[in-house]
Amino acid sequence: MLAPAYHVLPLAAIVRERTLPIAGRVLAHPNQRVNAADVVAEASFSREHALINVARMLNISVREADRFIKVKQGSEVVQGALLADTGGLFARTVRAPRAGRVIAVGGGQILMEAGSARIELRAGLPGVVSRIIPERGVEIRAVGALAQGVWGNGRIDSGLMTSLIEKQDDVLNAERLDMSMRSLVILGGHVRDADTLRAAMDLTVRGLILSSLHSSLIQMARQMKYPILVLDGFGAMPMNSAVFKLLTTNAKREITVNAERFDRYEGVRPEVYIPLPVSTEPDEPQDFYYLAAGQTVRMRRPPYAGAIGIIESLRPGLSLLPSGLRAPAADVKIESGETAIVPLANLEIVG
Amino acid sequence: MPTSLIQTESILAIDIGAATTRAVLFDVVEGQYRFIAIGQAPTTAEAPYKHVGIGVREAIRSLQAVLGVTLLGSQDDNLIVPSQPDGSGVDAVVATISAGPTMRTVVAGLLPDVSLQSARRLAESTYTQIVDTLSLADRRKPDQQLDDIIRARPDLILLAGGVDGGASRSIMKMLETIGLACYVTPEEKRPMILYAGNQQLASNAQETLSQHAAVFATSPNVRPSLEVEDVEPASAELADLTVKLRKRQLKGVDELYLWTGGTILPTAYAQGRMTRFLSQLYESRRGLLHVNLGASGATIAAGFNGDLTLGVYPQFGLGENLNALLQHTEIEQIMRWMSLDISANTLREYLFQKSLYPVSVPATLEEHAILQAIARQALYLAMRATQRRFPARMRMAQADRMPKLDLILAGGGAIADSASLGQSLLLLLDAVQPEGIAPIMFDQNNIMGSLGAAAARNNFLPQQVVEAGAFLGAGTIVSVVASAAIGDRVVRAKLTYEDGSETRAEVKFGGLETLPLPNGKTARLTLAPFGRADAGLGAGRSGSLTVTGGALGVIIDARGRPLNLPADPVRRRELIKRWSYAVGG
Repeated sequence: MLAPAYHVLPLAAIVRERTLPIAGRVLAHPNQRVNAADVVAEASFSREHALINVARMLNISVREADRFIKVKQGSEVVQGALLADTGGLFARTVRAPRAGRVIAVGGGQILMEAGSARIELRAGLPGVVSRIIPERGVEIRAVGALAQGVWGNGRIDSGLMTSLIEKQDDVLNAERLDMSMRSLVILGGHVRDADTLRAAMDLTVRGLILSSLHSSLIQMARQMKYPILVLDGFGAMPMNSAVFKLLTTNAKREITVNAERFDRYEGVRPEVYIPLPVSTEPDEPQDFYYLAAGQTVRMRRPPYAGAIGIIESLRPGLSLLPSGLRAPAADVKIESGETAIVPLANLEIVG
Repeated sequence: MPTSLIQTESILAIDIGAATTRAVLFDVVEGQYRFIAIGQAPTTAEAPYKHVGIGVREAIRSLQAVLGVTLLGSQDDNLIVPSQPDGSGVDAVVATISAGPTMRTVVAGLLPDVSLQSARRLAESTYTQIVDTLSLADRRKPDQQLDDIIRARPDLILLAGGVDGGASRSIMKMLETIGLACYVTPEEKRPMILYAGNQQLASNAQETLSQHAAVFATSPNVRPSLEVEDVEPASAELADLTVKLRKRQLKGVDELYLWTGGTILPTAYAQGRMTRFLSQLYESRRGLLHVNLGASGATIAAGFNGDLTLGVYPQFGLGENLNALLQHTEIEQIMRWMSLDISANTLREYLFQKSLYPVSVPATLEEHAILQAIARQALYLAMRATQRRFPARMRMAQADRMPKLDLILAGGGAIADSASLGQSLLLLLDAVQPEGIAPIMFDQNNIMGSLGAAAARNNFLPQQVVEAGAFLGAGTIVSVVASAAIGDRVVRAKLTYEDGSETRAEVKFGGLETLPLPNGKTARLTLAPFGRADAGLGAGRSGSLTVTGGALGVIIDARGRPLNLPADPVRRRELIKRWSYAVGG
């Protein structure tokens, strides 16, 4: 059976496609070195429109209105600019309600776009632009350590990481945050109160990497201006040992927290990158594997949620679980030394 | 038609669910089509796989292992079609799909209670989420409507409105607003549009919208006159658009399209088609109900002698949408079904965590109890939403009461994969709360949709497969409706077997009893209610009838309708456990 990979890698070649949701302009060049926050592509789209019904406003026929309209498709107009004019001694006029661009004229009406929004696509990780995707974005290649999370609040930043987690099941609270952590990325455990998120904001931290988050804080975390990345999930979940080891041993390094929102169809997920110098470039990791004995796995659901283990054997047929359900399962030796029967659907390969 | 004249081709039915992909083989054995075997694998629509073909091939390999027959070519890994003299391959392929993101949909109609309502019902016949509505009651200015449509990022716009030959001006205005919204949307983000309104304006709609929509389609009017609603022709067109959207969104669907020669249907649509077919086949006057609850959503299909009511609710699916379930129900409404003492916070965290890993399986008793409670509430909500749309003659005065039905058929991962048949049955009884006397069957292999898709190729296959016993008979349910106090006697039942032996039971209000009657057997059931209790034969009426057996025999549910659970959580959990033991734990 196939299982997805859960990337917790001390050293790997990381290749990520970064694309705009709509066609736009690519700003980066091939082989350009970029930082995570660099804008590599941009696009603009109109968020607000004004539909001006000239015929109705002047109380004339559609045909007449079309004749009196003075602007063309593509015209840029300022607020109050003349859009239509009946002419004559008692001329009646229609003026632009706001500045904008005329995008359609016809049927006695003018459609203007007023206020366009700009989408900026950031690199998301520090690396080299390895490919340009015309009108869409870039592919970026980097080398370093990689740790994936399960939830992000949609923000990206980089900075020096400091670790405030000593044990996998530590709780991070506001009292542990002080001025010495200003502008740092903080690695912490479980967060269960709003004060901690607020205190981190007051310190203008560059990011918060957490083992888990109380579910009542999700909305608030979305509103924070700094990246918040959750590694293991919601509820009081300890940090899994693989990522705990990787990140705590990399404290004091410059890291990037890409707390992108998980998109299961696009394959975008929150990740932590730690650029590392190498002489020989390592391989790209696989994204999925066939489950087999000897593989290191992470368990995704209770009773061992987050625990790391090694598959001892794949059990034939269906196995009876403590829940009473029957499912394809494996015998997994967990770090504690205990062997557990775990449904294959609850496993992901660490690698 | 004599059996010998039936085209005897083997058919492989592929079903791509949100969590599981299934490959099902139907073939002719002794002159009759049979369900032969099933292979399953995790669905691979999402990252990191991002190609449904990977899961499809895994499911086919699993089927090959069961059958000992080669279906995929060793060189190119392609399906072998048609079957070869050495026994490898299949003759034809059909497919159903429910995987994929919920379709963001804008519905538009003229009158909120008339055509807009019909457009909503049309939207509910597939995997949609309504993100905005337009109607004559809309107070927004056209440019505000236009901006709101753009912000809503719809995949689909359903436009109804106007009876045939009726008013045209308001529809034309709506067409213009929708056309402008599409025009200013970047080309690759433009929605598909289905026009199902006043047929005199269909060509105007085509002219205004077709060049600005990703795909433009028309269908017969969902509201040809004020009194008549006919959603079915439009839902067939919508099914086609759904598959087109999946081809755009999910890699590998286009390959499946080639394998099947275009016979891909949305799973819910295929289930609805099969429900209607069965209701016609068995001339079901009172109605045949099919319920399905899985990761992609809850689907309720009710066939009333050829008339179909279909409701598809992705918001009640047990997969990725679980984190938003609390937008549709209070947490207490889920908690009421809990068989263990679990906190509301644990439940809330479960909803978020499970939505991260929709494919995961509950491994502990606690997680299983939570999922069972969620499943009950999700199916309960889906059932109540669909009931409101039953034909008028089938609607009850009390909105939460069910009409009497001829047959109840249940499937989907949440029901078919319970720890025991008793658990599946109790989930169904709690959520649907059927009334009267009706046999219950389980679609334990989830082939209902596959049969509906196969019917498009072969008319005989579904009937023959069903009659060959593809569904598992759970037994016959007798629901007792009574105004009584807990513990009062409400019905006396006697089951007389074919050999003349008897089993008797006296059932009290609040109780659940089973009388053994094996699958394939029939027996005479005599019911004698106390007072004005209705055991399915009318208030206070006694009588006897022949009932069919099943894995759980005859089940007498005297818990009352609607089912009122005690407010005290300790007492409630005790009762839930007692009911669970009554149906085998």
